[in-house]
Amino acid sequence: MAVCIAVIAKENYPLYIRSVPTENELKFHYMVHTSLDVVDEKISALGKALVDQRELYLGLLYPTEDHKVYGYVTNSKVKFVMVVDASNTALRDNEIRSMFRKLHNSYTDVMCNPFYNPGDRIHSRAFDNMVTSMMIQVC
Amino acid sequence: MEGLTLSDAEQKYYSDLFSYCDIESTKKVAANGRVLELFRAAQLPNEVVLQIKELCGAKRLGYFGRSQFYIALKLVAVAQSGLPLRVESINTVKELPLPRFVASKNEQESRHAAPYSSDSENQGSYSGVIPPPPGRGQVKKGSISHDAVQPRTSTDQQEPASPVVSPQQSPPASPHPWRKHNRHPSGGNSERPLTGPGPFWSPFGEAQSGSSAADTVWSGHSPPPPQENWVSFADTPPTSTLLAMHPASVQDQTTVRTVASATTANEIRRQSSSYDDPWKITDEQRQYYVNQFKTIQPDLNGFIPGSAAKEFFTKSKLPILELSHIWELSDFDKDGALTLDEFCAAFHLVVARKNGYDLPEKLPESLMPKLIDLEDSADVGDQPGEVGYSGSPAEAPPSKSPSMPSLNQTWPELNQSSEQWETFSERSSSSQTLTQFDSNIAPADPDTAIVYPVPIRMTPSKIHMQEMELKRTGSDHNNPTSPLLVKPPDLSEENKLNSSVKFASGNTVDGYSSSDSFTSDPEQIGNNVNRQRSHSGTSPDNTAPPPPPPRPQPSHSRSSSLDMNRTFTVTTGQQQAGVVAHPPAVPPRPQPSQAPGPIVHRPVDADGLITHTSTSPQQIPEQPNFADFSQFEVFTASSVNEEQDDEAEKHPEALPVEKSSDPASSLRGAKTESKIEEKTAASAPANVSKGTTPLAPPPKPVRRRLKSEDELRPEVDEHTQKTGVLAAVLASQPSIPRSVGKDKKAIQASIRRNKETNTVLARLNSELQQQLKDVLEERISLEVQLEQLRPFSHL
Repeated sequence: MAVCIAVIAKENYPLYIRSVPTENELKFHYMVHTSLDVVDEKISALGKALVDQRELYLGLLYPTEDHKVYGYVTNSKVKFVMVVDASNTALRDNEIRSMFRKLHNSYTDVMCNPFYNPGDRIHSRAFDNMVTSMMIQVC
Repeated sequence: MEGLTLSDAEQKYYSDLFSYCDIESTKKVAANGRVLELFRAAQLPNEVVLQIKELCGAKRLGYFGRSQFYIALKLVAVAQSGLPLRVESINTVKELPLPRFVASKNEQESRHAAPYSSDSENQGSYSGVIPPPPGRGQVKKGSISHDAVQPRTSTDQQEPASPVVSPQQSPPASPHPWRKHNRHPSGGNSERPLTGPGPFWSPFGEAQSGSSAADTVWSGHSPPPPQENWVSFADTPPTSTLLAMHPASVQDQTTVRTVASATTANEIRRQSSSYDDPWKITDEQRQYYVNQFKTIQPDLNGFIPGSAAKEFFTKSKLPILELSHIWELSDFDKDGALTLDEFCAAFHLVVARKNGYDLPEKLPESLMPKLIDLEDSADVGDQPGEVGYSGSPAEAPPSKSPSMPSLNQTWPELNQSSEQWETFSERSSSSQTLTQFDSNIAPADPDTAIVYPVPIRMTPSKIHMQEMELKRTGSDHNNPTSPLLVKPPDLSEENKLNSSVKFASGNTVDGYSSSDSFTSDPEQIGNNVNRQRSHSGTSPDNTAPPPPPPRPQPSHSRSSSLDMNRTFTVTTGQQQAGVVAHPPAVPPRPQPSQAPGPIVHRPVDADGLITHTSTSPQQIPEQPNFADFSQFEVFTASSVNEEQDDEAEKHPEALPVEKSSDPASSLRGAKTESKIEEKTAASAPANVSKGTTPLAPPPKPVRRRLKSEDELRPEVDEHTQKTGVLAAVLASQPSIPRSVGKDKKAIQASIRRNKETNTVLARLNSELQQQLKDVLEERISLEVQLEQLRPFSHL
């Protein structure tokens, strides 16, 4: 149950970013932006020859008081950043991993669409639906 | 919901409508889609519709169950009659005309209503007939006027609530003739095929309602084919009478439908492509799609790459976003390429979109590239309730494109399983994601945590054993680790008896100090207990003039120890003195040299016993204790010897301890040494040296064993050592009274000795207690570590 999910392109610009409590969007955008530094740090830590060995799931990038930020990077340097509510202690690491996998799958599906130009904002409805299903159900 | 009483006509009508709306035959209708169209077709203001929905409870439930639906229909009728909407009005208003629905779907309903209400002969035909889904399809075409929402209801609604669907007309193969109509338009362009259905639908509506709009739609299509179909349909079972309504009306209207207005045609197209029915691809359409496919990919079984498809569909001048969505919908297997079916679905969606239909969120089942070509079958089947039209499908097949000849037979099944397909499609899309990675998720399941070996603690058991022994001895258990201490001499007699009995029983444990029990496995608890008793017995043994028959040293719980015991226990009785089993074999007492023969034996035996106790984790250590006690006894008998015994005991204890320190855990050794040092200080070293030498070898292996077994419980060994010492000390105690009567000097000496022993024992006691605390703390810390490690293993 994420609070904010973002897909960042290789050049570190957002392809897709959505948060559930829409009023605090700016805060989440900022958190995602700052977490990109941590992502780059983790990517470069392993060296360039280890791209294959590098784990796609980066894990907890950094925790704040209210939120925890998780990262996932694909082999094409497309990053998925997920912000979850820190109070949700029942959220296990495996669940985060599964959510990232779903994200990755959906992103792959979006990529497969010939009408999608890499680098465009993602407008796919299927992707939106999948992300919505992962977001916190704040009614 | 209040009880709803419906007249027969109403019942039929409502059931038909419900079946019409119950696309998925789930016995409940979502509060949207056809139901919405239905209500819109009722031509009631929105507020009234909302009110109806609330009254019938659909809002509460979130969906229309059968009862709610019926109530809603009744309320619609009430509203249409101009009566205020009240819950009570459901049953109170009698003679209520059937609700009329003008919307596309409602057209059908109205049509149905007509026969129902009119109770014309058609009713008979309608009985049990569900609103012709195929008719619906047609209706949809006709009801274009309604919202872009594709539901059939729109088409139905379009058909005016002309109750007069003259059933005389043979039940048209409504879908089919219309489809054929579609084909009629000829598939010149992509739009054509869609228009086909449209006009078909509209005529129905017009036929029903007589609306020109619908008729115009039909105008473009020549009646003959439909009529032919109708005729054929007439042969169909009466269930298709409803359909007949449509064709009949169509026929009537055919003349009117002379001109197909482009708008209506578009509407029809929209409708045709909007819902499952609308989404059906007519044969003509399909043919057109296939032709287009061939232009890109000659091989019909091949794929169209994404890029080529992109170029092709870009020509339709739809926005990229919509094309992207269409692609997502149509690329069923997400392979980036389009098969023939996928291409047709995509093409159909493009056509629909161009005609104004909104793209669905998920691929309609009729467009899904299933194993069987659903597109053709979809034309036939609408969902449940189309039982009556099973015949029509049979007729439709012939009209189907030759590419799907086999579909005809499968249509009925397809129709019925359309819902299944829908669900399948939904499932498949989700399963796609599932198959990709979920398999990897499974291993991460925390439940599959690494099974880590849970160390079995011996200490607790031993502690328990100690406690048990203590309890059994019934003595004060101030120091759980020093059961021997707890065994006052008074108890020793009891223990002695017990031990003797046990000895008789061959308990090797007897004679083994309780300390041995500590070091031994839980299984030997009993033995330990026995040992305890034996220990206590040893003390009494010592006290008793004749030491009890040598404990069956051979009866060592441990086979190894048995051997050792036997080898070491020369004298029987004395060996029992292994009261307190020093984990390390108690050093052979020097007493042999000093004490009288038996004593000598005893020390030796004691040493041996001690060594035995050390060797056998459980019982061997006890033997020396017994031996010690026996020595004590002997020594007490001879007051002089007592001191020596004490010393000897201490020395032997010290010696084996020293020896044990080598191989055994240093900890134990250190502790024992510390204790022994105290003892040795009080005792003469001479004997010790003697006693220890013969026993040097055994203690070592014993200690090793003990160490290996008690890695976690070094303290226990220490405890045992202490207990051994204590036992020795205690053993000496009883001897004191004996000496009392002998010499004052002896008494005094013994008193002094006793005091010294007391202090030593007290110190030993404190040390043992400290060790016990340490052990417990270690245990707690280990347990905490286990707890901490457990969750980690899940990650």
